[in-house]
Amino acid sequence: MPMTGKVFLIAALAAACSLPGFAVLGEDVSSVQADRVHSNASMRVTPAQNYTIHELRSATGVLVREYASASGKIFAVSWQGPTLPDLQQLLGSYFEEFQKAAQSQNRPGGHSPLIIQHSGFVVELGGHMRSFVGRAYLADQMPSEVSNQEIR
Amino acid sequence: MKFLAMMALGLTTVSLACGGGSSHKSSMLPVAASASNIQPIVVNSGPAGNYANGLFTSVTLCVPATSNCQTIDGILVDTGSFGLRLLSSGGGGALTLSLPQQKQSNGTVGECALFVSGYTWGSVNTADVMIAGEQASNVPVQVIDPTFAAVPSACKSAGVPENDSLQTLGANGILGIGPFAADCGRACAQTGSSNPGMYYECAGSSCQIAAEPVAQQVQNPVALFPSDNNGVIIQLPALTASAASLSGSMIFGIGTQSNNSLGKAKVFPVNSSGEFTTTFKGQSYPAFVDSGSNALFFLNTNTTGLSTCSNSSGFYCPSSTQNLSAVTTSGSPSQTIDFSIANAESLFSNRGDFVFEDLGGPNPGTFDWGLPFFFGRSVFTAIEARSTPAGTGPFWAY
Repeated sequence: MPMTGKVFLIAALAAACSLPGFAVLGEDVSSVQADRVHSNASMRVTPAQNYTIHELRSATGVLVREYASASGKIFAVSWQGPTLPDLQQLLGSYFEEFQKAAQSQNRPGGHSPLIIQHSGFVVELGGHMRSFVGRAYLADQMPSEVSNQEIR
Repeated sequence: MKFLAMMALGLTTVSLACGGGSSHKSSMLPVAASASNIQPIVVNSGPAGNYANGLFTSVTLCVPATSNCQTIDGILVDTGSFGLRLLSSGGGGALTLSLPQQKQSNGTVGECALFVSGYTWGSVNTADVMIAGEQASNVPVQVIDPTFAAVPSACKSAGVPENDSLQTLGANGILGIGPFAADCGRACAQTGSSNPGMYYECAGSSCQIAAEPVAQQVQNPVALFPSDNNGVIIQLPALTASAASLSGSMIFGIGTQSNNSLGKAKVFPVNSSGEFTTTFKGQSYPAFVDSGSNALFFLNTNTTGLSTCSNSSGFYCPSSTQNLSAVTTSGSPSQTIDFSIANAESLFSNRGDFVFEDLGGPNPGTFDWGLPFFFGRSVFTAIEARSTPAGTGPFWAY
């Protein structure tokens, strides 16, 4: 989307529902659009330079942003809210890799952030009880000229 | 020990000096731990012997209204969570006392408590809780027990590891004394899809998400003390070099006795998420003060210029110690905090050390003022809706 960096709102659907209809990291955004409308999840779509942000708020108050490339592929997701989102759903086929890495990193100091940096797949999870924040992205599938600093 | 063993590389000597500055670390006389509202605390390797920068204390639990009691040490002191959690002996913890389970109409109450790098699963039980000379009666606590019932799928789908053993928890329990009285609040008292799924009703091994009234949720015991119940002070001395242990005091009440006045501490109100603001290099970020975080966790390599360690992406490993500065604010109160970040692998290379001042690591878009922030300070945590001489909580003050 050649919007010269400007970000603006093009759609807002009201109401809230639980998580169904969220797109999945590494998969195509088009397959879930119908689900979203069907599930009435709170959503807005924001075009940015080289990608589109699909923003949803779950019924539990978690704000999820999905970053779709021009070709419609989800290359990053981020979240913030009073609890964690369903990462099994959000990370899709990457969930198992995340879970294994999280297990192997598990160490005393249970409140330290969880940082997983594999080649091509990064997950960062931080916050504390009642307030969680995090993001996951596919480093080698980011559109050119998009910095991971834009994923938040 | 895998955590420390993994980091035990290199013998580089690093400077542990902290930059002086507008607000850094005042010297402080420790209060004698004799008054009824003062509890000794210590930073050491903890009951599993592998914890870096873990702050621990002991707690006495009793079956309500009886003298059937047990004192448990190695309990992590955590201003980043709310409520008391105890690792059952089945999980390798110290709790052997049989505490009555909380019940709802369709079974016993279970809880999946989410922390950032893991969750704790177990039943909700009731105990009288004694710390120093303070006593809270009929406190809902979590008994962390992997055998209580099958872990619900909604708990597993968060994807973070289960912390249900002494090795993974590193403590015999967690004493959550942050600025809220209950661990979840109104969200968990609701029915339907807005309930975040922390509380469950369990019949046999089968658990369903349940609405849990706020007063029945796992409670910050301080909020249930008959007096000195508006907050807590954590006092730890300044650290001059990495050490095996560091002793200090936890003082209950804010402005309720002669030993817990705010003095010149600045007050920083926090929002409904328990957060205020920290500005670093001109950018503002959400921030919180967390004695249960074992380092200063903030931002990332791009924004800090600090590279992460080659063996652990969870800590910073700059080639030389970096002196940094940030400003904490909440409305008009403002305080500059000077701090230093050393190479974590170098710090961990001395196997006898478990207390580190200049330990840091990344944290997505957030500033977590972890345990090193407490060294050389009196840090006040005021509980929501409780009045103090400096106004109503929730707030941090230091």
